[in-house]
Amino acid sequence: MSECAQTIADYAFRSLGYGERLLPRSDFTLCQHFVLIGSGLFWNIYFGLMALCSGFFLAIAVALGKASANPWLRKPAEWFILLFRGTPFFIQCFFAYFLFLSLKGSYPFFESFTSAWLGAVIVLFLNTSAYSGEIFYGALRSIPKGDIEAADAYGLSGWMRFRRITFPTMLRLGWPAYTNEAIFLFHTTTLVFFSGFPARQQAGDALYYASYFADKTFNPFIPYPILAFYFILLTLCIIGVYTLIGRRLNRHLPQEKRAKFRLRPQLIR
Amino acid sequence: MFSYCTDPETLTGLRWLSCYLTTGVHFSFYWAFGKVLLLLALAAPSALLMGFLGAMAARSLIAPLRWIGKGYISVVRGVPDVAFFLFFVIALDQFFEWGRHKIKCPEWTDPIRQGNDFLVCPAAKLPLGTAPEWQHETYGFLLAVLTFAIVFGAFAANVIFGAMRAVPRAQMETAEAYGMTRRQSFWRVMVPQMWVYALPGLSNTWMVLIKATPLLFLLGIEDIVYWARELGGTKTARFSDYPHGDWRMWYFLALLVFYLGFTRFSEVVLRRLNARLSRGQATAAGEAQRKANA
Repeated sequence: MSECAQTIADYAFRSLGYGERLLPRSDFTLCQHFVLIGSGLFWNIYFGLMALCSGFFLAIAVALGKASANPWLRKPAEWFILLFRGTPFFIQCFFAYFLFLSLKGSYPFFESFTSAWLGAVIVLFLNTSAYSGEIFYGALRSIPKGDIEAADAYGLSGWMRFRRITFPTMLRLGWPAYTNEAIFLFHTTTLVFFSGFPARQQAGDALYYASYFADKTFNPFIPYPILAFYFILLTLCIIGVYTLIGRRLNRHLPQEKRAKFRLRPQLIR
Repeated sequence: MFSYCTDPETLTGLRWLSCYLTTGVHFSFYWAFGKVLLLLALAAPSALLMGFLGAMAARSLIAPLRWIGKGYISVVRGVPDVAFFLFFVIALDQFFEWGRHKIKCPEWTDPIRQGNDFLVCPAAKLPLGTAPEWQHETYGFLLAVLTFAIVFGAFAANVIFGAMRAVPRAQMETAEAYGMTRRQSFWRVMVPQMWVYALPGLSNTWMVLIKATPLLFLLGIEDIVYWARELGGTKTARFSDYPHGDWRMWYFLALLVFYLGFTRFSEVVLRRLNARLSRGQATAAGEAQRKANA
């Protein structure tokens, strides 16, 4: 038990560059598996949270752009969504990494863009903006006509109507699909360290360490189920948080309508 | 390839480019696109089959079978697909070798797992150590196909499971009223009708499948990502007739264009297919078609 405490002290923050520098090389214990893979989860959560929080705003802008009547706003939004939804994230990441690499050669400003903490976050941010933008666009189009008419009847227009009626309804309708997008976004973050972005000093994410163990022990039956365990836990947390927010978004609805709000995780990525 | 390519150093502009793009290694790169398409052609039907079996298991009347089906669907969907790819490629390989080991070398007494090694008798190795290179490559590719089928089978199973439940209850009741058994009503009424409900979800799965094909690279197959990295890297005049700087960015841009075109094309085809399947169906899309024709 004390051995495991020592392992936790050594490796709990290994993925962030703290603690023991050398990774274990032989005689791997179950404790080392759990601690190192869990340590890598920091990166997945960091990538996911950064991309979600920043992507939310761009997604709304993109959705409004796509729904706009003005072609100067609509066309770029449509192209943006098409570009990022029509190509694999894996290739986008490779492309962005090599793009930043060649930009770094000419402009020193791009120095930190080739590191995962910034470069990958940018790609994930754009990627999730496109996917969520499409979700919110769909929600925007399914706002009941009556809601808008009621807003007009109350004399609401422009910003006020958007702020009070359109935006909350859009969020409410798009929320189940957006939950799903968040879950798949966290899954996508596992690709980062396999797609060009280097894991400096072997400070990688959960999958990076899981595949490290699998390569070293040639036994996939321990590290990957541990990774799966962590991800199922993470997924449950996301669903929990999103359900709370969703309940708040729906709090004005009558009880029996609210009961209908069920998570139906469909596939969107 | 072209006659003027014998001395690349004298070439410039488009002629240089045309020679550069037709070197032997570039044909390996182009062949890798074929590999991607072949993977899709093999993985899509097998994933559909896995999905069908998974959905049938998930709605089985036998409880353990139902648990397996539902567990398969939710576990695969709850974990990042990359993890499954990395897991299954090793796990399936070891599973096959272990099975052959049990059959071919029953007298072998050493444990298979010795520390960090996985040791089976030489006769059980897959493919055999003496096998030619192409057999190794084909085996690796087939493992990848199987892995894709298992992972995307779960996604398809989820869609088909939902589609089976979406078939109107009245249709099934009618089948029962005609005295059909459970099996008959399943095959004669539910299966033919569920496809139109399943198609939007299956189209989505197909799109995701297309976008997962670059992960072949992680399974150790020389696919387009592998070649783009190889060919794009800086080439000096000492090792290559066509020296150039770091062009990996442009190679990956080409891959982006390929995927964008491919997904676009699929989208158009699937939309047409959906319109064709909706014809005469008791759904909103079918109703809209009927009104448009009337």
